[in-house]
Amino acid sequence: MNSFEFVRPATVAEAVAAASAPGAAYHAAGTNLLDLMKGGVARPTRLVDVNRLPGLDRIEHAPDGGVRVGALVRNADLAHDPAFSRRFPAVAEALLSGASAQLRNAATVGGNLLQRTRCAYFYDLASACNKREPGAGCDARGGENRLHAVLGWSGSCIATHPSDFCVPLAALGATVEIESKAGRRDVPLLDFHRLPGAAPERETVLEPGDLVVAVRLPAEAARFAAHARYLKVRERTSYAFAVVSAAAALRMEAGRIAEARIALGGVALKPWRAHDAEAALAGAQPDAASFRRAAEAALTGAEPSGGNAFKIELARRIVARALAMAAGGTPERVPALPASPFAPAPGASVHV
Amino acid sequence: MSDIALTSAPAHLRHGSSIGQPLTRRDGPLKVTGEARYAADNHPPGMLFAVLAVSTVARGRVLGFDLAAAKGHPGVVEVMTPVNRPPLAGDPDGKESPFAFRMDVLQNDRVRYPQQPVAVVIAETLEAATEGAALLAPRYEAEPARVGLDGAEPFAPKVVGAGNPASARHGDVESGLRAASHRLEATYETPAQYHNAMEPHAIVAAWDGDTLSIDTPSQGMALTQARIAGLFGIPPAGITIRSPFLGGGFGSKGLLNGPQVLGILAARLVGRPVKLVLRREQMYGPVGHRAPTRQTIRMGTDAGGAFTAIANQARTATSTFDDFIEPAADVAHALYATPALLTGHDAVRLDTGTPMFMRAPGEAPGSIALESAVDEMAEACGMDPLAFRLKNYAEVEPSSGRPFSSKALRECYAQGAERFGWSRRPLAPRRMRDEAGLLVGWGMGTAIFPALMFAGHARAVLKADGTGVVETGAHDMGQGAWTALAQIAADGLGLPLDRIEFRSGHSALPDAGLAGGSAHTATAGVAIDRAGADAIAKLAGLATRDRRSPLFGAGNAGVVARDGRLHRRDDEARSEGYADILARAGLGEIEGRGTGAADPAAQAAFAMHAHGAVFAEVKVDPEFGQVRCTRLVGAFAAGRVVNPRMVRSQYKGGMVWGVSFALHEQAVTDGRTGRVMNANLAEYHVPVNADVPSLEAILVHEHDPHVNPLGIKGVGEIAITGTAGAVANAVWHATGVRCRHFPIGLEQLIGV
Repeated sequence: MNSFEFVRPATVAEAVAAASAPGAAYHAAGTNLLDLMKGGVARPTRLVDVNRLPGLDRIEHAPDGGVRVGALVRNADLAHDPAFSRRFPAVAEALLSGASAQLRNAATVGGNLLQRTRCAYFYDLASACNKREPGAGCDARGGENRLHAVLGWSGSCIATHPSDFCVPLAALGATVEIESKAGRRDVPLLDFHRLPGAAPERETVLEPGDLVVAVRLPAEAARFAAHARYLKVRERTSYAFAVVSAAAALRMEAGRIAEARIALGGVALKPWRAHDAEAALAGAQPDAASFRRAAEAALTGAEPSGGNAFKIELARRIVARALAMAAGGTPERVPALPASPFAPAPGASVHV
Repeated sequence: MSDIALTSAPAHLRHGSSIGQPLTRRDGPLKVTGEARYAADNHPPGMLFAVLAVSTVARGRVLGFDLAAAKGHPGVVEVMTPVNRPPLAGDPDGKESPFAFRMDVLQNDRVRYPQQPVAVVIAETLEAATEGAALLAPRYEAEPARVGLDGAEPFAPKVVGAGNPASARHGDVESGLRAASHRLEATYETPAQYHNAMEPHAIVAAWDGDTLSIDTPSQGMALTQARIAGLFGIPPAGITIRSPFLGGGFGSKGLLNGPQVLGILAARLVGRPVKLVLRREQMYGPVGHRAPTRQTIRMGTDAGGAFTAIANQARTATSTFDDFIEPAADVAHALYATPALLTGHDAVRLDTGTPMFMRAPGEAPGSIALESAVDEMAEACGMDPLAFRLKNYAEVEPSSGRPFSSKALRECYAQGAERFGWSRRPLAPRRMRDEAGLLVGWGMGTAIFPALMFAGHARAVLKADGTGVVETGAHDMGQGAWTALAQIAADGLGLPLDRIEFRSGHSALPDAGLAGGSAHTATAGVAIDRAGADAIAKLAGLATRDRRSPLFGAGNAGVVARDGRLHRRDDEARSEGYADILARAGLGEIEGRGTGAADPAAQAAFAMHAHGAVFAEVKVDPEFGQVRCTRLVGAFAAGRVVNPRMVRSQYKGGMVWGVSFALHEQAVTDGRTGRVMNANLAEYHVPVNADVPSLEAILVHEHDPHVNPLGIKGVGEIAITGTAGAVANAVWHATGVRCRHFPIGLEQLIGV
């Protein structure tokens, strides 16, 4: 068998030390990593099991309304935390729209941030992939790429980041807490994932040994709670990755949009924050024309990376719809089909 | 023989006839407790693990391996390549029969499709064998792959499917089209699909001298046994196959395939039992698939909407080294009345594994195309799709002129439409919305599947204690054979179900025939029924000839077997228990034998098909094109229903498969390499529960006095047909967009 070392450190400091060695990888739920190892895509020589590290499995609500979520909190536990889902409903909806109940029960917050792309050429050892093997080339280009990136891609990689969770986190200005040999540092989620450029093998800003210990959402992110949605279009009703998704959050004042937050999923190698679209909505009426204008702005610079031009207009429509849904108000409960176009719409029809 | 401890007395077992009762699965407790032993659960002492190394190229030659690295890996016992592979007596590239498909068992260094086995690593552990296979790092001389329906020159096959003529003509299609008031010509494409049974193909093989013992999931133990015997040059009797449970087969476990043979060869090579289980992605090559099709359908009707002609010319694909031609066009032969009918097939040879029978082979892709075309034709005639189908109702089989042995399709249409509420359907598309503004569409399709039979055998024994034993080597793929066949067995012997032991799933039992073509219950069931009747006849002979029996002299009046007693037919009060009859005769047991097979005279006189009508509702997001099938009602008539609960399950499973066909399922093949890029269950989409929220199957009564003595038609495949087209037609009705390329993807619907 392919032998690897399995270490179970007792403290974060021990974990960081153990994972600083070349070939080491952190192991939490393993919902992605173990598949990659079975397929030979990832071949770590040492697994550093973080599951028993103390203090990483807590959801800490700050008095000011912010929250700190430990990296080991399971996706399902976070989504079902009443205080969390009340303040950050779009995040809860995104979490519940991902994967399956079994996977959500196991998968962790930290692991969700670090999940790898679903690009088939990355998983297929017989294909060239710059991400897997720097300099090898990219067989996704010119291949089966109808679900690949339309924003931020490069000639060396057209993959997308598959996370749902990260999309509202990006919209709401989350911060990632990282423990390293040099101590603890904060990185905005928007800066955490890297676009491919010429080095798609570098997926995040993490250095060897760096451990994600928590994700924080600021108090001001909770001010969007009344108008925050996640919308995810997929090729079956559940248990599918997004073709395109969007998180939309609005702060309404006197019937106008005081502030908007928009991010897209499934379009780029990182969760894609649409600052220009947000700016276009500041002070705007919450109507279809405003939302379409914002949607146009959100996809500025989008280009097909292959047979996926349809995703650009689809993404615009999804942004506009997510904004309309957010304007309509956050529902009392997360719908039974979270983030689905088939979830019953609260109040008036959003389909025109 | 049978070590399967089934539930013998379900709580709701009723007194009297077992056939027709909705018993739950007798193997259910074993399955929900994990006690049911599937092939790969068997670990005989000393067993080694074998893992395939498979080709990453579609076409070429293996130049070499890093044998030293693989063999040097701790735990690796042996690496089997063409160099040291034990010899075979039979040629794996031979074609002794149409059902002997060519297979890749390391007979040379050629690569003819991706995922082709090129070596086998045998080790003490699965992990060591897996790593050993990775270390082999085969080197190839690759040649360009031939991919897609335009990837090679087409050829005209001699036969399609299981031996049908490749083309059929009835009447003059061209003049029918010329005379038509309404005409349609449209081309429909269906993708390559893979069976994807939940249980991967697996074998545990153990040799003892020249006798062979194997555990493997099989839909056809007798054919498998015969093929192994031919390949290895040993007598079939020396080969024991245990296959009590299959985690799905769908046709991919019907005939012996290469990986099974490699498991047997590996055991031969190392002289120890070996287990070989395919990884999911390895199921996308050597164990069959459904080939893609491109069907060009031409139709014409007169002014009143009656067909003047139907033609379907289908293009499909097979491998470069063997022929399996998906008989997609043939479904038109028996469905709609038409004075002129023309079907034909051609095919291209691609660098894929050989396609194979896959649940409703031919009928499934043929039906979605034909039912879509019929819907388009109805639209062209300005007619309701149901009214159009009734207008063209076939009173006799259009391709042959034969009457149907039975056909309750009108009742299926009526009951399905009533239950669905079809009469409220607006004729024009894009007229319905739900309260949230989603587009709503209603579509329908006709289901049809031939009522086939293979040859099967059974043995029934009445024992001195008044209980019975019934044996047949049947195959339970999950459809409920353990239960339905036992119900037939109980009635055949005139015993309650809890007084018979039903033995099955083992090659030493009488050959029950292939579990395919939706023919298993009819074939094995008739064999069982006949075997029971044979035993009862012998028992009756003992009683009616014995002066001491109350039944003495009843020979002319006859006797009825019921609840463990024989009753005089004309005087129910005169009866005698089985045990008493046997005891007086001094017999420990009495044996009956029976065979089930199609009756050639009936087949010549009648067309035999099961029928159904499926009604579908879909909702479509108008801007995103995401589709959800929200409601399905299917009404099916398939002769006698042995177990309504299980038959309904078969229909529901088939209907879900139809949804999958229309909306989800496809192998995504890289056009450059021929490699399937979504060879896993995360990306090869089949419906999840949320995709089919409401599902109803109606059992329509149908008595068929001709199809076989039990009046049974098959139910395993029919519900795919009709459903896939109904869903596609509902998508049109919702959106006004005709999708002729399946599965229907959202980009086809969003108008960008």
